Amino acid sequence: MLILDLFKMAIRSLISHKLRTFLTALGIIIGVASVISMISIGEGARQQTLSTISKFGTNIITIKPGQKKSRHVSTGKVDTLILEDATVIEKNVPLITGVAAQVYRSAQLKFGNKNTNTTVRGTGKSYAHLANFELEKGRYFNQQEINASKRVCVLGQTVVKNLFEEANPLGTNIKVDGKNFMVIGTMEPKGALSWFDPDDQIFIPVTTAQKRVFGMDHIQSIDVQAAKIEDLEIIKEDIAQLLRIRHNIPKGKENDFYVQNSSQWLNSWGDAAKTFTYLLGGIAAISLMVGGIGIMNIMLVSVTERTREIGIRKAIGAKKKEILEQFLIESVLISFLGGGVGILLGISISKMVSNIGGWDTIVSTQSILLAFGFSVGIGIFFGFYPANKAANMNPIEALRYE
Amino acid sequence: MISVKNLSKVYDTGTLTVTALRGVSFKIKKGEFVAIMGPSGSGKSTLMNMLGCLDLPTTGNYRLEDLEISSLKPNQLAEVRNRRIGFVFQSFNLLPRATALENTELPLLYGRVSNSTEIAMNALERVGLKHRANHKPTELSGGEKQRVAIARALVNQPAIILADEPTGNLDSETGEDIMSLFLQLNKENVTLILVTHEEEIALKAQRIIKMKDGRIIKDHLLEATPC
Repeated sequence: MLILDLFKMAIRSLISHKLRTFLTALGIIIGVASVISMISIGEGARQQTLSTISKFGTNIITIKPGQKKSRHVSTGKVDTLILEDATVIEKNVPLITGVAAQVYRSAQLKFGNKNTNTTVRGTGKSYAHLANFELEKGRYFNQQEINASKRVCVLGQTVVKNLFEEANPLGTNIKVDGKNFMVIGTMEPKGALSWFDPDDQIFIPVTTAQKRVFGMDHIQSIDVQAAKIEDLEIIKEDIAQLLRIRHNIPKGKENDFYVQNSSQWLNSWGDAAKTFTYLLGGIAAISLMVGGIGIMNIMLVSVTERTREIGIRKAIGAKKKEILEQFLIESVLISFLGGGVGILLGISISKMVSNIGGWDTIVSTQSILLAFGFSVGIGIFFGFYPANKAANMNPIEALRYE
Repeated sequence: MISVKNLSKVYDTGTLTVTALRGVSFKIKKGEFVAIMGPSGSGKSTLMNMLGCLDLPTTGNYRLEDLEISSLKPNQLAEVRNRRIGFVFQSFNLLPRATALENTELPLLYGRVSNSTEIAMNALERVGLKHRANHKPTELSGGEKQRVAIARALVNQPAIILADEPTGNLDSETGEDIMSLFLQLNKENVTLILVTHEEEIALKAQRIIKMKDGRIIKDHLLEATPC
């Protein structure tokens, strides 16, 4: 029998039991819809985390003093980097577009009768660009002000709110650890992550921070921006070589600094979010599995009900394979139908979650293909046993079945 | 055309064995109309299943045209049933959701015959049901259903038509009609084997094989009877 005829027969049989077909497909519909919507929620969360993190720049290499021992712990001397290291890197390492030396510490700010505690970041003129900060009002400090260790500052948006509320901060003087600083600019808000608010800091020239506020000769980190992400590894090696020479480190001895890039950090966060997506998808897949068992259940009932029909077909010459295909096509059609409706339902659920719940959701083509492929696979897998049972029936007994 | 030699069938149910056929031998020529008679338990149904290639004998040989059936595999048996054998059952055994035409067409579909609709239509015409082609079995009378079943049995031009109590579910008048249809087909050189326990029906055949306890007790030719 031609496959087309088998399809016609399967469709006719499904249509003649509309309610049963729908209820059987419902298991798959719910399964596919939950897989798609859960993965879209997970993906949305992941993308949101990544995009927030990447606001800090993904092509940034950070050099810190000491040695990195494990994930977030560094040991060794903390005063091995100096401002001149940053200058030399900027002059001698190719393929980079900016270098920003940094010192930072938390300090007390005062304006009028308002107080706030925030991070004071002393840095160079490229920092705002490197860290993807946009200027909201005023200007950023220039090289002259850095060279002259001027007491000027640029405020993050959270600080502006805490100290000035609605007032215009430009041109006013605030006290940083008791010293007067003039506000020359404010930054656009970047949005807070749950564990860290990048808007809660102020920026001052690195030399001013070293000499007039913190009283230190060394610097705490150097950020280097690569022109292209692909060059990150080469740049890291160049920097390491250069600094080893500058710091007179003999062969075989460990660096007194370490170099890392933010994309590594990004990756580990991305991986964590991916695990979350897998978890959600996995739980949803279980319901798809239950739907598959529903198909098997109904197909077994259907095979028993149609024992006589199977007997007739065998008597007039249907081969085992043709009976198997007929029932397999039915179960695959059910899961195909369920998969299709499930995809539509899943997409609407994830739209609803993002509209009503305000979460970001991303329905990926992959998740649709995955859920659909999985549901058709389930149709074949769970349809096989009933179909095989039908195909193996003894025609004489099947014909006698009442 | 059909040659059966020493056919026997033993059913083994695990706890007990039942011998349904005990060495049956006969030959049937092309175009013959044979009735097989016997009380229930005589082995006539088992013999029908063997002749219809629905089951294989435990021992003995069954030759259908040029084929030795006893050595065939299940798929080959299915093919033989499809190409060379037509079944007519007591309870019609039509597919309830398919029309008369589709029911008639089914063996052609399994046999991958092209032009199947046209051939099926011709078969329906032969049994006088062309005008009911698009009706479903539930919309047909008992006699009409059996005619569709006969059309289905005919459609592949089989070597033999096996009819198992074809009039058993019909009233006597309709039964008569069906029997005249069989006689008509027999005149057109269709080989017919009919299982019945009704003497009256069996007498319409040319030859009667009587069975008892798995053996043939009588095998005799009848005089030609007027229909």
